[in-house]
Amino acid sequence: MNLTLKVWRQANADAKGKMETYKIGEVSPDMSFLEMMDVLNEQLMVKGIDPIAFDHDCREGICGMCSMFINGEAHGPDRLVTTCQLHMRKFKNGDTITIEPFRAKAFPVIKDLTVDRSSFDRVQQAGGFVSVNTSGNTQDANAIPIDKHDADKAFDAATCIGCGACVATCKNASAMLFVSAKVSQYALLPQGKVEATDRVMNMVKQMDEEGFGNCTNTGACEVECPKGISLENIARMNREYLFASLKG
Amino acid sequence: MTVAASSIGKKVAMALSGLFLVLFLTQHFSINLLSIFSESSFNEVSHFMGNNPIVQFILQPILILGVLFHFSMGFILELQNSGSRSVKYASYKGSANASWMSRNMIYSGIVILSFLGLHFYDFWVPEMNYKYIEVLPLNPDRYFEELVHKFESPVRVGIYVLSFVFLALHLLHGFASSFQSVGVNNKYSKTIKYFTVAFSVVIPSGFIFIALFHHLNFF
Amino acid sequence: MASLDSKIPKGPVADKWTNHKSKINLVSPANKRLIDVIVVGTGLAGASASATLAELGYNVKTFCFQDSPRRAHSIAAQGGINAAKNYQGDGDSTYRLFYDTIKGGDYRSRESNVHRLAEVSTNIIDQCVAQGVPFARDYGGLLDNRSFGGVLVSRTFYAKGQTGQQLLLGAYSAMNRQIGRGKIKMFNRHEMMDLVLVDGKARGIITRNLVNGKIERHGAHAVVIASGGYGNVFFLSTNAMGSNVSAGWKIHKKGAHFANPCFTQIHPTCIPVSGDHQSKLTLMSESLRNDGRIWVPKKKEDVEAIRSGNLKAINIPEDDRDYYLERRYPAFGNLVPRDVASRAAKERCDAGFGVNKTGEAVYLDFASAINRYGKEQAHVKGLDEEDASLVKKLGQDVVRAKYGNLFQMYEKILDQNPYEMPMMIYPAVHYTMGGVWVDYNLMTSIPGCYAIGEANFSDHGANRLGASALMQGLADGYFVLPYTIGDYLSNDIRTGSIDTQLPEFEKAEASVKAQLEGFIGNKGKNSVDYYHRKLGKIMWDKCGMSRNEKGLKAAIKEIKQLREDFYKNVNVPGRINEFNEQLAKAGRVADFLELGELFAKDALERTESCGGHFREESQTPEGEALRDDKNFTFVSAWEYKGEPSKAKIHKEDLKYEEIEVKTRSYK
Repeated sequence: MNLTLKVWRQANADAKGKMETYKIGEVSPDMSFLEMMDVLNEQLMVKGIDPIAFDHDCREGICGMCSMFINGEAHGPDRLVTTCQLHMRKFKNGDTITIEPFRAKAFPVIKDLTVDRSSFDRVQQAGGFVSVNTSGNTQDANAIPIDKHDADKAFDAATCIGCGACVATCKNASAMLFVSAKVSQYALLPQGKVEATDRVMNMVKQMDEEGFGNCTNTGACEVECPKGISLENIARMNREYLFASLKG
Repeated sequence: MTVAASSIGKKVAMALSGLFLVLFLTQHFSINLLSIFSESSFNEVSHFMGNNPIVQFILQPILILGVLFHFSMGFILELQNSGSRSVKYASYKGSANASWMSRNMIYSGIVILSFLGLHFYDFWVPEMNYKYIEVLPLNPDRYFEELVHKFESPVRVGIYVLSFVFLALHLLHGFASSFQSVGVNNKYSKTIKYFTVAFSVVIPSGFIFIALFHHLNFF
Repeated sequence: MASLDSKIPKGPVADKWTNHKSKINLVSPANKRLIDVIVVGTGLAGASASATLAELGYNVKTFCFQDSPRRAHSIAAQGGINAAKNYQGDGDSTYRLFYDTIKGGDYRSRESNVHRLAEVSTNIIDQCVAQGVPFARDYGGLLDNRSFGGVLVSRTFYAKGQTGQQLLLGAYSAMNRQIGRGKIKMFNRHEMMDLVLVDGKARGIITRNLVNGKIERHGAHAVVIASGGYGNVFFLSTNAMGSNVSAGWKIHKKGAHFANPCFTQIHPTCIPVSGDHQSKLTLMSESLRNDGRIWVPKKKEDVEAIRSGNLKAINIPEDDRDYYLERRYPAFGNLVPRDVASRAAKERCDAGFGVNKTGEAVYLDFASAINRYGKEQAHVKGLDEEDASLVKKLGQDVVRAKYGNLFQMYEKILDQNPYEMPMMIYPAVHYTMGGVWVDYNLMTSIPGCYAIGEANFSDHGANRLGASALMQGLADGYFVLPYTIGDYLSNDIRTGSIDTQLPEFEKAEASVKAQLEGFIGNKGKNSVDYYHRKLGKIMWDKCGMSRNEKGLKAAIKEIKQLREDFYKNVNVPGRINEFNEQLAKAGRVADFLELGELFAKDALERTESCGGHFREESQTPEGEALRDDKNFTFVSAWEYKGEPSKAKIHKEDLKYEEIEVKTRSYK
């Protein structure tokens, strides 16, 4: 396949960036999108052009590091995949592909397609945990039976990989899906209920301070989420937050 | 940061004020509907609404505040939201993952707001002038005529129809969405969605029907 | 450097850890506040250690090269975590887990460490549940288990095919709590470039900030290396792209012995290589072997027809299929340990029965499991058990619930539906049992420098059993290191904070800068990946699933030549003081190019076959691995002497007091 790529180039956080156009040939349909980027970078280096910086690590869709906005969609046109799991067979010979970083005020660009998502970490640090010491001196794991449905729902929420596709795709750059996934996971489990009030208040406060936008329920995040995290979680967080603020 | 100023607080406030306006809309619609069945009942109810002190001095200010709140909050949120992504995407395929309605609430909202301006100019301002400024004598039978009179102009009716189309679009997203905002997303959500579609189609087309009815009857 | 003292406590193996814990020196809470500890890496071991150390009161500085600690590659572990809970009442016990792990490791691991691991395994599950880790549960609300290779009980706890993710996010959350409290200072996108020794003790590290390229100095009273394994020396492996040996290799060059580098786990069930462009391999969890049956065609003509596309696997009749694991190992069948399953796959493919174009793939077939589950479901639901399409659908639903994410991953990569067609799999490099040598306290041969998790060598011997890596990472991090480190740090309560202006720091920083400038100034003609791929090919061909003297000797020579060429001809674009992925990669590949040689040297030295290390010269007439207990019941710990070829071997003899050393058989 021969492709034309329009890629966002930005030397560093302070530099002004712009879209650059590159041609690439000999792309195999079996390649993953990132392998295609590897080939492009090899070709750029031969020409003496600085290779394109992009985040990636596990390349099997679980670490959450890869983060490209491809043809106007987070992680590209395929559903339930991260960029590293997107394969070139989803494109046609002669296509023009636009590649941009995940954009949000809370995700400043570091270089090219690499962005700083430490705002996500800070939201988690504000309350995304159960306050239990790791001494191992807790009660037996089977001491509290948990309804399988709740456990399964908690698991589904917990599968969030923190990639930021929800923020990137939301027209408001809202982080509600990400934050609500963690709030939900703990709200559904007896271990997390103890400090549920403080957790949701603190996490939402941090989320707002980071400069994410407001949720307007467009539902785009759920569609683009590589792990299919449900909007139900956002409703649950709204509920938790309301009850928590009434409790004071 | 107080709860009300938090993103979820604002979202809930938007939802509640929106639901309140939906209630008002239903009530307004029922009264308008009377006008095609019976001139006298319409006049009677309008007279009651226009002169009952509870309606006039308690409900009406609440409604006006509700409208103002919903709109100004909508603008504040829009401003904040557009500021949360300072560099825009070169290519952004919003249609791939969200409905047109959900992405353009601000535009449908602006159309509705402009319409409300016209509506106030048409009905509310003369009303206020009649009752409180010129203090004209009570006339319980004037309402129907005034209504019919306003629907004479085809331009006005055109604007009216267009505005209600936008209202329908606004409701299509807004109504069901308010439930999600206040934390309702469960096995009833599908029903709420169906109801939203029915409501958003029936009520605005009803308003349109009434307008056309009077417009056509005139000739 | 002192010779090896493994510091194994005296007494019966079952009491060693308890006695040791009550006897070692402690640091008082007030004094812990005066002590800094550096942790490099935020996988299960690093994150859990950081969290517990911070809880205990130490000031922790934690480093990771990724953009967030949550990205560490532990996140990709799929199948599960072992613990001797015996919730299933199938006869499990601490002893049985201990025994299985020693046997699975082919009698090349340290008894005392493994017993400790088995002891604390149950605490891990309790701890994780308390933290809100959503393990799979049954309808009664209690925890569910499944079975893994090399054992006869169900002791594996799991969270669908994402157990590593859930456990890592649990440890990450424990870390976040301490970051929020200010007890952990987290450095994302920082790479450790060197270890700093002051008076022979580990006193800090030099790092490079990967965002702006700045070289920084960090002092501490102890340094913990939790940087994972070195499987990426093969270029293609199931490791993440960034996984590297550098932290471990830097401390090796500063005096830490490197143990058993040739002990590598080749995982039997990975997605086969599809072409030259491939950047990594994807694992299909071992848990699939609970329900999948592995086979190749019996007839060569069927193989030919499949390769040419004229025959489909599902059209080969039962009688013409060779379920070779069930045939060769009737007791364990498809659930033999990984090394055994991998070699068996290679044996069939080498014999010409590989089922894809490259001839390097075997089938993993779920048809009979789908049928079995389908019938079960039909029976439970009172539906027609004879309705084939209904049974198939019901069965597929069960399989989807169990392994849905894995099947989806397979389908995305290969564009084939594994619910309809058997999967194609082939072994791939997955885990490294070898690593930095540590004593019972997990301290390396450098005082004050520790290694935990996959980065050390200690618990898995020559082969790791499935679902044991997560167990070891968390055991080391949560429950072992935070206590044993106190024994060393109790001597440091009066030291005061470490001065990073000391000449030792200056020297280390200068040498790091010199190496980086060397890369940038080189202006060669080949990219870093060019060398990494070449190294990977040498390693896979000559140090892979099967090794022999001739190949290993050639590998040593070739790697050395490649390394020399690398320094002469590598091209690293850009500058030092900027975000520069190629520069970071160049440093990592430079270390792999040294490690690779030591790897081959170690493999050459060990003329026996054991676990994942298969020497063609040492096999039984049936082609099974043949151990040489008389000459090789030891850990080879290599001391750095200027370059890999000059490394000096130290042998730690392994003594088995509890367990009788036997031939490992899964027949």
